Amino acid sequence: MKRLSKRDVLKGAGALGLSAFAARVAAAPAAEAITPALIEAAKKEGKLSFYTAMDLQFAERLGKTFEAKFPGIAVRVERSGAERVFTRIGQEYASNIHAVDVANTADQAHCIIWKRNGWLAPYLPQEVAQHFDKRYYDPEGLSITTRILVSPIAFNTNLVKKEDAPKSFKDLLDPKWAGKLVKAHPAYSGTIMNATFEVARDLGWDYFEKLAKQRVMQVQSATDTPKRISLGERAVMVDGAGYLVIRYKEAGQPVDIVYPEEGTPLATGPSAVFKAAPNPNAARLFQNWMHSREAQQLLVDWARQYSPHGQAIEKPGIRKLTDIKLMKEDPEGVFAQADAVKKRYAEIFKV
Amino acid sequence: MTIAVPATQASRPRRFGVDLTTPVLLVFAAVLCVLIVMPLSWLVYYAFTTKAGDLTFANFQRLVSDAAYLDPLLTTFALATLSALICCAVAAPMGWLVARTDMPLRRTIRILVTASFVTPPFLGAIAWELLAAPNSGLLNQFYRELTGAAPDSHLLNIYTFSGLVFVISCYTFPYVFVLVANALDRTPGDLEDASSILGGKTWDTARRITIPLALPAVLAGALVAFLQAMTLFGSPAILAMPAGFHTMTTKIWSLFQFPPKPELAAAASLPLLVLTVILLRAEYMVLGRRSYSVVGGKNSEPRIVRLGSWRWVMLAAAMVVLACPVFLPYFALLNASFSKIASHLVSPGNFTLQNLHFVFYELSATKLALRNTFILGILAATAGTILALVISYVTTRKAVTGHRILGFLATAPAAIPGIVLGVGLFFTYTRKPFVLYGTMWILLIAFVTLAMPAAYQQLQSAFRSVHTELEDASRILGATRLRALWQITAPLLRTSIIATWCFIFVGVIRELSAAIMLFTSETKVLSVLIYDLNESGDLAAISVLGLFMLLITFAVVALANSLRGRNARRNVAVG
Repeated sequence: MKRLSKRDVLKGAGALGLSAFAARVAAAPAAEAITPALIEAAKKEGKLSFYTAMDLQFAERLGKTFEAKFPGIAVRVERSGAERVFTRIGQEYASNIHAVDVANTADQAHCIIWKRNGWLAPYLPQEVAQHFDKRYYDPEGLSITTRILVSPIAFNTNLVKKEDAPKSFKDLLDPKWAGKLVKAHPAYSGTIMNATFEVARDLGWDYFEKLAKQRVMQVQSATDTPKRISLGERAVMVDGAGYLVIRYKEAGQPVDIVYPEEGTPLATGPSAVFKAAPNPNAARLFQNWMHSREAQQLLVDWARQYSPHGQAIEKPGIRKLTDIKLMKEDPEGVFAQADAVKKRYAEIFKV
Repeated sequence: MTIAVPATQASRPRRFGVDLTTPVLLVFAAVLCVLIVMPLSWLVYYAFTTKAGDLTFANFQRLVSDAAYLDPLLTTFALATLSALICCAVAAPMGWLVARTDMPLRRTIRILVTASFVTPPFLGAIAWELLAAPNSGLLNQFYRELTGAAPDSHLLNIYTFSGLVFVISCYTFPYVFVLVANALDRTPGDLEDASSILGGKTWDTARRITIPLALPAVLAGALVAFLQAMTLFGSPAILAMPAGFHTMTTKIWSLFQFPPKPELAAAASLPLLVLTVILLRAEYMVLGRRSYSVVGGKNSEPRIVRLGSWRWVMLAAAMVVLACPVFLPYFALLNASFSKIASHLVSPGNFTLQNLHFVFYELSATKLALRNTFILGILAATAGTILALVISYVTTRKAVTGHRILGFLATAPAAIPGIVLGVGLFFTYTRKPFVLYGTMWILLIAFVTLAMPAAYQQLQSAFRSVHTELEDASRILGATRLRALWQITAPLLRTSIIATWCFIFVGVIRELSAAIMLFTSETKVLSVLIYDLNESGDLAAISVLGLFMLLITFAVVALANSLRGRNARRNVAVG
């Protein structure tokens, strides 16, 4: 374990790093297609480990679809909340353990740190260069936004009538919701780290101070809150994975979504190939395929998430991203304030 | 009995028969030192130094002044005290019922207590979420259906301080039960006979003789229960966060999340360590006193109290108690494994095999976690048994000078809570010269260390039961100590050895508190996988994996029990 936290080191080295960073931007890598040679090399490696914060069912589905398309390459999914994925990779790299091939998080700030640590390999798939808006990938090809997540409010339709459902974050402060709210935690979930940062920025920390008085049930992952309201354990989720609410609703479970009036928190989930990946070719093949039209359509159709792929076709039943009033994502802000957010949050919510 | 030693070997020239005893023993002592002394040294170092390496007390000042650390400390105290009291109130009468009355099904009850003993506390906590979450819990649904109560009213709420106390007590009371029942099993019936001869009624005898005799065991049990509750990670890790507080163990773990604060984690670990040492010392003193009550070697059989028609009432009460750690949770896990929605009872329309399919065919982490768990279980059980065997041999036969130190070192890990050992090992083996983090070795070291005290005590008592004459004969015929141990004593102790092996294996399967500090993605074990699944609320997958875990555990326990039964018969034959 390093005695200095990585963020400390980075803050100190910030000024130094920026100039070097500016010099390197020019070198955008050539876009690469999935070639027979890449497939062959990947098959020789035969496996890859995929650290991700996406919900387990979809992560495994993605892995199994990849395995079916490229037989002989086994995908091992290592799922936990984005902040824990980040901690895990940090601990492993601090001890020179290079086990991760591809990581997908729900917090862009992680890629900023990995990039500045020099841990990421440049790799730009052809389809990304062709069909992704430039804001969805790193100019050096070090990370690519795989999925776009929103963290709305949602409720159990058996417990709450649609007309009584909260319309805004402010509504959740009404005493009638005391003891009926469930909320995920920014120290475990990247989506919630971003959501907490955005809500605190737009509504102020005193919003959370008031919310904490509502006897909020605290869980870890943004993928857990939709499950809790679907089970009927709590009536309303304050934040969490919107896509799971859509999925559960479409599966006939009694849940529905509310896009809060103040704006819906936004978090984009990037993926990156690690420079020291033990299976470099399998990692690149997976990264390439994961951002292909095929996988991205699976993301839309099966996982019910938003895709940055220009050709992915939206599936009805979910509100268009452009029709949602979104809070502004700010990776640099999260990067600078993540530790402070976690600390303040723990003080307010006692966990 | 004759001993067949091949003549050729016995008459071998002496130079091939160098006695390796001393060097081997020194190696074992060194191994024990490394296992225990190194992690603890690093723990102390981190707790008392600044990042620059200067001596400081700032970490401890922060610990007692910052509410973020003081609150968990106080919560943990309250938690452990209440759990210990509940355990004693429930387990002591149950121990007495099983040991000293004619209540039916006493053997079955002992077996069921064993079942709650081997159930991982984190799994029990998850099962109780399924049962007693205020709104979705099965018991609360049942309550609302039965009484017609309002949709958001509930009978039980597991996401509270008292809920956590309850779940911890469920899986801690076996410690008290076993101590009390064993003490009563061994306490002779003379005094009770005397009491009844002098005209004491059944209840008077129980109140004035039996209970005072059992008190030391109850007190010792209370201390052990306090200790277990204080150092437990599994149940608080599941329930404390939704309930909105931290305990010391969950706080220590959270200090390792980014940005890591190892110095505070070390400082927070030390109070747990010191308290454990003090409590174990107290327990030793209390149990030491107990020997007064059983003085006099073999005595008459314990007197059995006839409960009359009360025996059925008592049996019902015992079954109600056992419903909490065993029947209800197992039912909830079974139900969630085959139900489409974890909080709904299985019905024809709701039955599914999808959860099984998901865990064993889709979940890519299952295979690795099972493999790692089995490898570690087998290695830790084997290494731990060998280590405990040699050390208990040395201490019971007083084979070398300094054998007491060896015995002390072997029991010392009892004073190290799992999570504290995890923190210490993390410090020790993420740095040169021994970078073991990320390998199975670091987990192996943790598991062997944690299992050592119990394994050592089991084998030591087994050694005491085997007379030395056969060993002596072997040594007279020219065998070295090690060879005598290997060829003569070990086979005689075979069943005890297998029982110890099984005991360690089961311990490894259910271990979470050290594993959570030490695992990496490649060395993930079953308990950690279940913990990760809990983070995202995948209750069905947890239930399937949890039941599978219990199945393995019970298979191993059954094996150990059947061997122990055979061992008892054989001992009669040898004696």
